[in-house]
Amino acid sequence: MLFPTASSPHLHTGASVGALMRRVLYALLPGIAAYVWLFGPAVLAQLALASTVALACEAAALALRGRPLAPALGDGSALVTAWLLALALPALAPWWLTALGTAFAIVVAKHLYGGLGYNPFNPAMIGYVVLLVSFPREMSTWPGARELLAQPADLAASLRLIFGAGGLDHVLALDALSAPTPLDSLRTGLGLGRGVAEIVASPAFGVLGGRGWELASLAFLAGGLWLCWTRTAAWQIPAGMLGALALTATVPWLVDPQHHASPALHLASGGALLGAFFIATDPVSASTTPRGRLLYGAGIGVLTYVIRAWGGYPDGIAFATLLMNIAAPTIDAYTRPRVFGHGPR
Amino acid sequence: MGVLDPLVRLWRFNGGLHPPTRKAPSNAQPARALPPPPRLLLPLTQHVGAAARPVVNPGQHVGRGELLAAADGYVSAALHAPTSGTVVALEARPIAHPSGLSAPCLVLDADDADAWGALPAPLADWRTAAAAEIRRRVREAGIVGLGGAAFPTAVKLAAEPPPNLLIVNGAECEPYITCDDRLMRERAAAIVGGVLILRHALGAAAALVAIEDDKPEALAAMRAAVAASGAAELRVQAVPTRYPSGGERQLIRVLTGREVPSGGLPAELGIVCQNVATAAAVFEAITTGRPLTARYVTVTGAGVHTPQVVEARIGTPVADLVAACGGYTAAAARLIYGGPMMGFALADDGVPLGKGGNCILVAGATELAPPAPALPCIRCGDCVRACPADLLPQQLYWHARAREFERAGELGLFDCIECGCCAAVCPSRLPLVQYYRHAKGELLAAERERHKADLARERHGARQARQAREEAERAARLAAKKAHPAPAPEAAAPAAATATAPASVATAPTAAASPAPTTTDDPRQAAIAAALARAQARRARAAADATAGTSTDAAPGDDDGRG
Repeated sequence: MLFPTASSPHLHTGASVGALMRRVLYALLPGIAAYVWLFGPAVLAQLALASTVALACEAAALALRGRPLAPALGDGSALVTAWLLALALPALAPWWLTALGTAFAIVVAKHLYGGLGYNPFNPAMIGYVVLLVSFPREMSTWPGARELLAQPADLAASLRLIFGAGGLDHVLALDALSAPTPLDSLRTGLGLGRGVAEIVASPAFGVLGGRGWELASLAFLAGGLWLCWTRTAAWQIPAGMLGALALTATVPWLVDPQHHASPALHLASGGALLGAFFIATDPVSASTTPRGRLLYGAGIGVLTYVIRAWGGYPDGIAFATLLMNIAAPTIDAYTRPRVFGHGPR
Repeated sequence: MGVLDPLVRLWRFNGGLHPPTRKAPSNAQPARALPPPPRLLLPLTQHVGAAARPVVNPGQHVGRGELLAAADGYVSAALHAPTSGTVVALEARPIAHPSGLSAPCLVLDADDADAWGALPAPLADWRTAAAAEIRRRVREAGIVGLGGAAFPTAVKLAAEPPPNLLIVNGAECEPYITCDDRLMRERAAAIVGGVLILRHALGAAAALVAIEDDKPEALAAMRAAVAASGAAELRVQAVPTRYPSGGERQLIRVLTGREVPSGGLPAELGIVCQNVATAAAVFEAITTGRPLTARYVTVTGAGVHTPQVVEARIGTPVADLVAACGGYTAAAARLIYGGPMMGFALADDGVPLGKGGNCILVAGATELAPPAPALPCIRCGDCVRACPADLLPQQLYWHARAREFERAGELGLFDCIECGCCAAVCPSRLPLVQYYRHAKGELLAAERERHKADLARERHGARQARQAREEAERAARLAAKKAHPAPAPEAAAPAAATATAPASVATAPTAAASPAPTTTDDPRQAAIAAALARAQARRARAAADATAGTSTDAAPGDDDGRG
C-alpha cells in the first residue's frame, strides 16, 4: 500500500486567509449599519459598486498575470480593500470616483507590486489618496448626517445622485444634502479664529464628536474590538495608534483648549477608529513584531494628529498609514524579539 | 535545602499550541505485547551517531538479546536480536527516514522459540555500583532516548561535572501519542527504579518527573510509585498541557524558569533530560541484564481498525504493526511515523519500527489537514505568536525562500526546533518547516565545504613551508659542500622524494621506494615506514571485511545523511 507523503507538521488548525478576510468583513458590519442609518442606502450602493469593480479588476489582473483565479478571488482580500475604500469615500460620491479609486487600488497598488502579500502599501489607502489628491471637490462633498437633514435621500434619489450625469439640478440636489464633516467644521472654524468651544456648540456636534458620526465611530470600535478578541487583528496596532493620537492631542489641549480640540473629539471623529482597527491593521503592509506593531501604530497616531493640526487636510489617517507603511520593514528590523536561549532573561 | 525545594512554581514559554490531543482511542486499553513478526528488519542506524558495526554473519543463529552489531565509536549504539532466529542478510533496505532512502539493515528471520540467548548477569545492587559500570551496561544494552530523538543514553550519562537535576520527561505533548502514558500507568515502578538508577549514575542530586496534566492516571500511578520507593529528592510534577512542552528546552523552562543557551546543552545548566521509557529500559537492562529489544508504540488514527498501544519488537515492519491492530480501515489515507506535528510521512509500510519510533499514525482522509495549495504570506504574524523559540518565522521564511540562508542563520534559524507550530497556524498554508529544514541543510553543507577548503588551504600552506625549508636545507648543504669539498653522503635524493609526498597514506609507498636511508634522514625515513605499515594494516582489514561476506554498503562509518 502506497501513501502520499508531505512535510511535517501534518496537523493544521484550519486557519485560512479566506476565513481571516471574512472575519474582517463581518467586523465591518456594525459600522456599515451605522453608516446606512446615518447617510442612507447610498452607502450600500457604494459598497456594491466598489465590490463589483474590485472583483472584476482582481480577475482581470490575475488573468493578465497568468495566475489561477479561484484561490485569489475566494480569499476575500479584494472585497476587504473595496469595502474599506467605499467606507472612506463620501456616500454620494459619483460612480466613476468609486470605480476609479477601486481600480487603482487593486490594479496598481496591489497587483503591480506582486499581488496579495507583496504590496508595501495599503491598497485601499493608495486608492483613497489618489482620489483625494486628484478630485478634492468630489472627495470633500460629504452628505450631512441624518439628524442634520430635512429630507435624507432615499434609495432612488441616492442612485440618481451616484449614477447621474451631472448638470445643474444634480449639483443643486447634492448641495442640498451635503454638509461639512466635523473635522471640516473644526478646521474652518479655527481658521476663522473661532474657539473650539464655540465650534463644538453648533448642532453639527454631539457628545464626543460629530453628531451621528460618533455613533459610527462606536460601531467601528465594537467591530474592531471583536477583531482583536478573535486575534484577527493585532491589538498592538490600534492600541498604539489610538494611544498615541490621544496622548499627542492631550498636551496642546491642556495648554490651550480654545485652539486645540480635545483628545476625545480626535478619537471619535474622522477615520480614527475605522483606521485604527481596520486600515492600520492590514497585516501585509504593517509591522509584524509585537513591539514593532506598537511603534507602527503609535507612528500613525502621531502623524494623524500632526496632519490634522498643522497639515493641509482635515483628516490624516490615509497619509499617516502610508508613511508608516514605508517604515514597517525598518521597524521590524529593529524590534526583533529576543530569541529563546539568547542573552539575559 | 534540597535541589527541588526552590522549584515550587512553574514557568511558561512563549508560543505553543493547544492542538486537539486525540489520545482517547489508543490509551483506553492496556498495552498488548505483540509476538515477533516472521521477519524483522534492523537498520544499523536507529540512533544519533555512527552506525553500529555488525558482528554476526548471514546464516548465523542468534538468541533474543544477543548482540547483532556493536556500537562503533563513542556516539553510537549497539543492536541486539529482538527475538531468536536466523540472520539471513545484511543489505540495504528502505528505513523509516524522511529521505525515504535505503540504509544497511540486518534481516532476521524469527524462529518460533523466541528464546533468550546468553545475557549479562543482572547488576543486583546497583546502588553500590560504580557510575562507570552502570554507564557501560547501559551502553552495552543499546539504550537510546526512546522519546523519539534516539540519542545514545550512555553518552548523556557521562555529563561532567555531575548535574544537579535529572528531568525525566513524561510530558508526551504531541497529539495522538500515548505510549508513554500507557507505560507510566502500567510500569510506574520500573520507571521510578530506572530514574533512581539514572540519578545514581549521573551523580545528580535530585530528579523531577514531568507529566502533562491531561494524563491524570499516569500522574497518579507515578506518584504512587514514587511514594512506594521512599526516595527523597524525587518528585512527580504535573505541567500544563501545551504543545511543545515536552520539548527539552521548553520543559526545562517550564520546570526551572531557565533557558538552555542557544547552541548549548542542558548540561550547561546542570540539567540532564531523559525520557520515561528510557528510564524503564535502563531499569530492565540493569536489573535483568536484558538489552533493549522491544518498546511501547502507539498505533492509532482513523485509518487503523483498533487504535491501541502495543509492545512491539524493534525491527517489526510497520505493516505488521498495523495488521496486529486490526489492519487498515477503508479511511486510511496517510501513514505517519511519529506524531502529527514532528513525524514524517511514510510512502510505504514495509519499513521497520526503530528504537526511536513512538507512534504509527494512520490518518483518515479528513482527519488531519487536507493538503491545500500554499498562498502568499500575508505577514499576519500568527506564526510569531505560536513560535516557542521566540523567532520570527515569517522572516526566516522570506530569507529561506530568497536563498539568503546566511541571513536566516543570523536570525536564529538554528534555534528553530522544527516543532511545526508556525506551519500549523499559517493561514496561507505555507510549508514553513520544510523551508527551514532546507535552509539548515544548505547552511550545514556550506559549512562542510568551508571546512574542507580550510583543510586544503592548511595542507597547501604546510606543503609550501616544507618545500621552502627543504630548499633552504639543500642550499645550506650545497654551500657547506663548496666550503669543504670532501665527499658527502648522497642526501639530495631522499629529500626530493619526501618533498613530493604529502601527508596522505596513498603516496606513502612511493616515498618509501626512494633510495636507501642515510644517517641524516633517519627520523624521516622511520615516519615513512610507519605510514607504510599503517596503510598495509588498513588494506588487510578491508580485505578481511570483504571476505567476511559484508557488502560494501555496510562499511562502518557509512554516512546515511542523518543530521
